[in-house]
Amino acid sequence: MAPIQLSGYRRENGRVGVRNYVAVIPVDDISNSAVEGVSYLIRDVMALTHPYGRLQFGEDLELHFDTLIGTGRNPNVAAAIVIGIEPKWTQRIVDGIAETGKPVAGFSIERYGDLATIQMASRKAKEFVHFASELPRVPIDLKELTVSAKCGESDTTLGLASNPAVGRVLERMLAAGATAIFGETTELTGGEDIVADRAVSAAVKKEFLDTFQAYQDFVIGTGADLLGSQPTEGNIRGGLTTIEEKAMGNLQKIGRNKMTSVLKPAQAPKGPGLHFMDSSSAAAEMVTLCAAGGSVLHFFTTGQGNIIGNPIIPVMKITANPLTVETMGEHVDVDLTAMLRLEMNLDQAADRIIDVMSHTINGRLTSAEALRHNEFVLTKLYRSA
Amino acid sequence: MKHGALMHEGEDDVAVVVTDIQSGAEVRAVTLDGKEIATIHAVENIPLGHKIAVRDIENGKDVIKYGRVIGRASAKIAKGAHVHTQNVRSKRWA
Repeated sequence: MAPIQLSGYRRENGRVGVRNYVAVIPVDDISNSAVEGVSYLIRDVMALTHPYGRLQFGEDLELHFDTLIGTGRNPNVAAAIVIGIEPKWTQRIVDGIAETGKPVAGFSIERYGDLATIQMASRKAKEFVHFASELPRVPIDLKELTVSAKCGESDTTLGLASNPAVGRVLERMLAAGATAIFGETTELTGGEDIVADRAVSAAVKKEFLDTFQAYQDFVIGTGADLLGSQPTEGNIRGGLTTIEEKAMGNLQKIGRNKMTSVLKPAQAPKGPGLHFMDSSSAAAEMVTLCAAGGSVLHFFTTGQGNIIGNPIIPVMKITANPLTVETMGEHVDVDLTAMLRLEMNLDQAADRIIDVMSHTINGRLTSAEALRHNEFVLTKLYRSA
Repeated sequence: MKHGALMHEGEDDVAVVVTDIQSGAEVRAVTLDGKEIATIHAVENIPLGHKIAVRDIENGKDVIKYGRVIGRASAKIAKGAHVHTQNVRSKRWA
């Protein structure tokens, strides 16, 4: 079978996207109403409402900025509107996005009120929608893509089938020169030595192990029993018993690839290869961070049926659990149940995922997109001042 | 489908059942490349995706899956029994 010609949007800075959104980004929780106002008035804009952005400080505030700026910079975003309560933090996000060369404009509500702000922002959003809707899809190459992978509502079928299949996909994509992000720091517990040994250098290995240990110290330091949280009650229902077992299934996703670098949350990779991003395993938080780091498409393997999506990147749902396909098939993009019957091998599974990925890149909506799963969830590191 | 359970490594203590198993059923466990490892008499019901003991596991012993330690037996586990949170605990987050 000849490979499908891929198409996408080449942005001002040369980066390649597979979707073409005009994003409207609130700086803070109280600007959500104005953002929603714009999205009611103007067709084809994506409102990225969220509950944070006030009185945050230090590392937590930096992550807030990095995530919102990274989201606006994502190559799936053609142009962005930023709305905040006051001008200074609004402008910081506008400036961060503007470095890409894409159209971006900021509006602040104080001294105007919601209604005048919505009017001004909507006029600009209309302009941006005309701009974006005229952009053509152009031929792109696999090596121009940044993708990400994470699993959710995992069960034992991931370690047996869907995660090694994604691992095989990533082996092929990275061999072609693409960029990939994985993460889920606590979910490597019991397999962290395997991941550490994949580091391309002693420095990267140390950085990984230090990052891993810091998260361990945090979760263990709470003194809480994590059973039911990590692994989740859904994991346990699906047959996963311990974090060690879950981790061994999880890390099958990286295939036989080397680990090129360790990224901070929401940080963009500096080059091709497989990059580890320090991140929670909570699905929407992690995918939001990957998208902020520049991922344009996410491989999401699930066992029990996590239904997550993202507003700016297509999230492909992959499962090998026959009960999940039978009972919630509308969420499934790639059915790998034949692997459990030993009627489909790893390479055939990878072929199937790449086929669906190619159609998704070229514009076919994923199940999560069609079902309006637009979870935009910021990671908050600690309470506000 | 001739097999009832899959094993990551032939020497693992547990196999993952790929269909709901009723107590008393004979479960054929094979590796992912189809190599026959054991036929196990299930001694209790085991739901799809859950683990069956391939051999007796003493209380306190490591439990092996993927050729790796995935936890410690917190009770004596009989061959053919359901292996899960009621009889295995994490060694890392104990």
